[in-house]
This record gives sequence, structure tokens and C-alpha cells, in this order.
Amino acid sequence: MKERTRLSISFELNGSPRRIEVEAHRTLLSVLRDDLGTVDVKEGCDEGVCGTCTVLLDGRAVSSCLVLAPRVHGARITTLLGLSPDGRPHPLKEMFVRHGAVQCGFCTPGMVLTAYAFVRSHPQTTRQELRKALAGNLCRCTGYAKLLDAVEAYVREVCSVR
Amino acid sequence: MGPRPFRYERATSVADVIDCLRRGGANARVLAGGQSLVPLMNLRLVEPELLVDINDLPLAHLRRENDAMVLGALVRHQTLEESEEVRALCPLLSEAAGLVGNVRVRALGTLGGSLAHADPAAELPMVSLALDAQLVTEGPTGSRTLRSEEFFRGYLTTALEPAELLTEVRVAVRQPREGWAVEEFALRQGDFAVVAAAARVQLNDEGRVDVVRLALAGVGPTPVRAQGAEDQLVGAPANPRRVEAASRRAAADIQPESDVHASAAYRRHLTYVLARRALTRALARAEEATP
Ligand SMILES: Cc1cc2nc3c(=O)[nH]c(=O)nc-3n(C[C@H](O)[C@H](O)[C@H](O)COP(=O)(O)OP(=O)(O)OC[C@H]3O[C@@H](n4cnc5c(N)ncnc54)[C@H](O)[C@@H]3O)c2cc1C
Ligand code: FES
Ligand code: FES
Repeated sequence: MKERTRLSISFELNGSPRRIEVEAHRTLLSVLRDDLGTVDVKEGCDEGVCGTCTVLLDGRAVSSCLVLAPRVHGARITTLLGLSPDGRPHPLKEMFVRHGAVQCGFCTPGMVLTAYAFVRSHPQTTRQELRKALAGNLCRCTGYAKLLDAVEAYVREVCSVR
Repeated sequence: MGPRPFRYERATSVADVIDCLRRGGANARVLAGGQSLVPLMNLRLVEPELLVDINDLPLAHLRRENDAMVLGALVRHQTLEESEEVRALCPLLSEAAGLVGNVRVRALGTLGGSLAHADPAAELPMVSLALDAQLVTEGPTGSRTLRSEEFFRGYLTTALEPAELLTEVRVAVRQPREGWAVEEFALRQGDFAVVAAAARVQLNDEGRVDVVRLALAGVGPTPVRAQGAEDQLVGAPANPRRVEAASRRAAADIQPESDVHASAAYRRHLTYVLARRALTRALARAEEATP
């Protein structure tokens, strides 16, 4: 492959194929928000610390601020909207609402996606494991207990029933 | 802000990487998981002109070769943490990887990237010392195998030559009477540790300490091996008094510096406490494993 500064990338975004021309130095976060209008992905620190920019890359939670656009070629990207393809709120989101785990809402997309990905790969998870899994997502409003309550209720009431 | 523009190349072979790095000179960088490099580029503290993406190389392998575990440079922290094979054969690596950053960092960050980045507070460089890991590199003049102790040279500085790639890490698999532990203190979960300690202890049939390795992070410009402390333990049965003395020795032997995170005196105190905890837990595991 030849060195280049601009390239064409194809990937799947929330189930739909996308193909765009981007400069190699763009981050996935900026491509999603500025080029594709996927503004359910939030920008916080730009350093991988806060978790507001979390998306799923091939099913795993990553910081979109630390993923360079060329790395997305051929990948499957899921943002919060991708969890509800039919427009109905995902059960995990409903749990967030029911347990008062959303206040200003800025952390919510990253928080829901992180919890969703972790519970999918760890269906028998415990509150202690959830604390560790969510430790990299900062919330300045809820005090975290309600967030854990919401995810725990989702594990108990939704996942284990399936 | 985001990174400054650069030229990008997705390498397809090790030879390809070396070639690109040679052409790119001082302004070329390898991109692995990007979890250290991209934050630095976002802050424009690092501004490479050429980025050589190595993620397509077949370097995510993980296999046992006799008494060694062979890990490719692209093995992710999450794999170290969760793989059954690593947990069984090299549990010290798993325990350390679980302490790195947050889930997102662990999903993308790589073993090779962590060692090459050589942050003195990082867990994996410290553990590579505790494991006497051998680091395999490929460069313009061929392949080299370096011991971890020769690899870390200074703050964020390693023995890697320009245009040289770290390709593989080899560590001995856990022995039957071996115990291990990592202890660290960080201001918040997921932050780099202020100080961390990694211990590995192997007992013989009489319950004496046959092999002991104690490595520290956050106490100087590189991870360090606490050889003075090891010498106090080896060859004798370990008991809390000896562990205590060895941990004090570890704290006495380091030359920590004060910075915004902690004073030198506090780092010394942490070293004593964390060394003691790590050695105690490693010994308990080694004793448990003894028939
Ligand atoms: C929020 C946050 C918290 C973190 N917390 C911790 C922590 O607690 N502990 C910790 O240890 N780390 C932490 N990290 C860093 C993380 O572990 C990185 O993954 C790791 O340091 C670098 O690995 P990488 O694969 O991401 O490398 P990259 O970022 O891609 O590369 C890092 C450097 O190594 C070079 N490089 C990469 N691979 C190779 C190779 N195979 N051969 C030669 N050179 C190479 C690159 O050119 C670059 O200079 C944190 C990161 C973030 C964003
Ligand atoms: S904006 Fe990406 S982690 Fe904060
Ligand atoms: S709800 Fe406001 S930051 Fe979490």
C-alpha cells in the first residue's frame, strides 16, 4: 500500500454501509460527529479518559477519540442509536430511565454502550465486575450508584430471563 | 483539536514496516493500539509525519513452546487479562493487564506498544522485569533478542533502534510451586499507578525460596528490579519478618523523585507497603500450590 494523506474508507455504521473520503489524521470521533452527523457520540476529553465518546468497534467498547479514521476501514461501528434500530428504546436504556441514571445525559451514550458491550460478553456479571467495567466512564451527576442499579437490574431482569 | 496531518501507511509485513521506518527517519512512528500515541498526537505533543500502521501484521499470536509462553507484540491487554491460556500459564501478566487503564484502553492497547512506550509507571514493563521476559526485535540489521533488563533505558526510552520493531515477547510459564502478585496504588481506578510492585516467588521442596523477583514501577525513570530485596529472601524459608525486611530494603534502594503526583518520601513509603503486600500474596500462592 502507498503512503497517503487521504483515503477512502468503507465501514458499517449502525447496520448501514458507509463509504467516505477522509484525511488519515482524522479521528473516528470527528468523522462521526462532523462528517456523518452522528451526534449521539459526545466529545469530552479527547484523551481516552472520560468515556463520553465510546462507540462499539466490532462489538467492543473503544474511545472514538483515540481511533484514527483509517483503522475503521472494514469495521462495524455501533453508536447509541444503533442499539435501537427499530426506534424503540433498548431495554438497557429503559432501565437507565427507570432507575434515575440519567441527569444531564452527557455521559449516557458512552455509559449505555460500555455497559451493553460488557454485559454481552459477561452475562453472569456481578456488581463488583460492573464497577470495574464502568470505572473508565466519568459521570458528574448521578454519583454512579444509580448507574450501577440500572445496569444490574438489566442483567437481572432482562438478560437472565432470555 | 486532533492530530496534525501525516502520511499513513498500512503495513503488510515486518519487512514493509522496517522499510517505511527507514524511509520516514526520525519523523516516522509505528501505530499499534494507539492508546498512548493518539492522545499525545491529539495534544500535539507528538507530531509524526509518517504513521506506519502495524495492526494487520500477524503478530497477535499466543502459544506455548516447551517451558515458554510466546506472545506477539499485538496481543491486546484485554486478551492478556481474559485468555484462559495466559491466566493459567502466565497469571502475573493477566493480573497486571487487568490493572491497565480502562476497558477501552484494554480493548485496543497492545503488549508491544506498552513495552515500546516504556512509561516508568506502566504495569507491563514492570511485569516483564519480574518475569525475566525476552524481547524479540526485527530491524534493518536483522533480529535481536534482548532481556527486559537491557531494554528499558530511560524515561520513555528503550533499546529499540530507529526502524526497529518489537515483534515478540517470551516468558517462562508458571512453575508448580510458583506464586505471583501485582499491587499498586493509583489516585483513581484506571489512572497510571503512583507506585506499583510485582512479585514472583518459587519455593523448593523444603519450602525455601528458590527464585524471587521483585519489580517496581513509578519509582524512577524506568521500571526497576529490587535486587537487594530479592537477595534477602532467596535461599531461606520466607516468613513475615523476612518479607518485612526485604520490603524495607526495596524502599531504601530506590531513588524516587518528587513530582506533582507524589513526593519522593511518599513513593518510598508506598514502595515498602506495596512490596510487602505483593511478596506476601505471592508467597501465600506459592505455599498453596505446594503439595
Ligand atoms: C486513559 C488511559 C489510561 C491508561 N492507563 C494506563 C495504565 O494505567 N497503565 C499502563 O501501563 N498504560 C496505561 N495506558 C496506556 C496503554 O496501556 C497503552 O495501550 C500502551 O501504553 C501503548 O500500547 P498501544 O498498543 O496502544 O501503543 P501505541 O499508542 O500505538 O504506541 C505507543 C508507542 O510505542 C510505539 N510502538 C507500538 N508498538 C510497537 C512495536 N511493536 N515496536 C516498536 N514500537 C512500537 C509507537 O510508535 C509509540 O511510540 C493508558 C492509556 C489511556 C488512554
Ligand atoms: S472524549 Fe474520548 S474518552 Fe473522553
Ligand atoms: S448524567 Fe450528567 S454526566 Fe452523567
